Amino acid sequence: MKAWRDPVALLALPAVLYLLVVYAYPLLWLLMKSFSGPAGLTLQPYVAFMSDPFNWRVIGNTLRVAAWVTVVCFIIGYPAAFALARAGAVLQIVMLVSIILPLSIGAVVKAFAWQIVLRRDGVVTQLMMGLGLWDEPQRLLFTETGLVLGAANIFLPFMILPIYSVVKLIDPRLSEAGATLGATPIYRFTHVTLPLTLPGVVSGVAFVFSLSVSMFVIPSLLIGDRFQTLSTLTGRSFLLMRNEQLGSTTAVILLALAVAIVVGSTWLARRLGGNS
Amino acid sequence: MTGIERATRYFTWVIAAFSVVFLMTPLVVTIAVSFGSSTVFTLPPPDWSLRWYERLANTRGLLPALITSLQVAAISTAVAMALGTLCAIALVRGRFPGREAISTFLVSPLMLPGLVIGIAMLQGFKAMGLRDIYASLLVAHVVITLPYVVRTVVGALSLFDFSLIDAARTLGCNYPQALLRVLVPALAPAFLTSGMFAFLASMDNYPISIFFTDAWTKTLPIQMLQYVEERPDPTIAAISAGLVLLAVVALVIGDRLVGLRKLADF
Repeated sequence: MKAWRDPVALLALPAVLYLLVVYAYPLLWLLMKSFSGPAGLTLQPYVAFMSDPFNWRVIGNTLRVAAWVTVVCFIIGYPAAFALARAGAVLQIVMLVSIILPLSIGAVVKAFAWQIVLRRDGVVTQLMMGLGLWDEPQRLLFTETGLVLGAANIFLPFMILPIYSVVKLIDPRLSEAGATLGATPIYRFTHVTLPLTLPGVVSGVAFVFSLSVSMFVIPSLLIGDRFQTLSTLTGRSFLLMRNEQLGSTTAVILLALAVAIVVGSTWLARRLGGNS
Repeated sequence: MTGIERATRYFTWVIAAFSVVFLMTPLVVTIAVSFGSSTVFTLPPPDWSLRWYERLANTRGLLPALITSLQVAAISTAVAMALGTLCAIALVRGRFPGREAISTFLVSPLMLPGLVIGIAMLQGFKAMGLRDIYASLLVAHVVITLPYVVRTVVGALSLFDFSLIDAARTLGCNYPQALLRVLVPALAPAFLTSGMFAFLASMDNYPISIFFTDAWTKTLPIQMLQYVEERPDPTIAAISAGLVLLAVVALVIGDRLVGLRKLADF
């Protein structure tokens, strides 16, 4: 077992030990505590949580909003990734800046901006009335539509970039070869291009869905307290209600969801990548 | 064929223009509001003014929050760069089992909900006897910044051709000299870029910082959200515009150091 004695391995030790103590240990502790009752291991907090219909609505809100955000991001992000890959030099730079710049700006700043955009006299209303789609100003702030719109805007780069990273590797000659062999554009897309981009789609969808499930600042600013998701409920139970039991339970559910998404999408992306 | 090509080009332009406008909307709106004279976020602003920027100086709690954020970001990034670079060298150059598991573990804080990590740390630190808010913030923010450093430096090191070091030694450098003259300049751009984005991630963090805050210690995002909830006025937009400027500066430097396309690597 000479491999174990590679001295270079020691360089990894400080970082790994650090994370084990201040990150892995607290997470395990949270997990253990959420399963422990007065008489040893118990599922009681989870049973109690699941037997409350209000909590089912919270879970429903969480998954529904996350699904909508993912759908909106995919509809805009998939063609945008192609546009980014195929764009000329100048357009590509403009697109890259507009994708990367928002990534280094915090959620508080962007969610606050969306509060302004979604106001009754905001940009969206002006646009919709200008286009003649709305007859009168409508309020989007503090509605689910507003939340989905704002969150989709904030998470869009996480859909575009993974898809772009596979699209830019596709050889355009593949599609041309298909055309030479007589394939229609639609056939070429569904049989050549789409399968090649699937690994990118899987990771983009996983990123956006998992970010949407766990978003906290965005719903607190764009929809408010009347609409609870697993994440806002977790935050509230620690920060406002001081109900650590409830908060730990929802935190562990969120953690399980996040881990399931990461593991599932990695497996799926690897499978799809291996097939092509 | 040309018909389809033209349609594709047209489609590309429309989608590109739409996504650029959509993505830039929050930033443009923030900046426009911050320079407007209106108190109620009217867009386009009826008149331009600098009153919200003048008001920044008199906004209570803002300067301490900014200083706390800058300190925490600087110190945690420095620690993360030391820990992360050593670890990246081990992951790329080492030949030991479990390297992939270790690198997943180190990047995992980026993939888990920040709020859950924050709650776990809140309880875990208490159990370990760490009660000082400022120290807790620092310890927690190293976990936030570390993944950025590890990811970028591992990427740069894997692309580095280590036979260049042997070449330098053949040409008369001793080992430390070879590292200093060949490896360090080759890695410096990625190293600095990773530090910059780690710094920004720490500056912007909300879901973990919120659990380590009290009346005296608040980071900037916490203080900002408190303002938004208490009395929303364009002063917040002026602070936001400052943060946007910071991100623009980081992006320009990052572009110079490693190039825009490299920054988009996922």
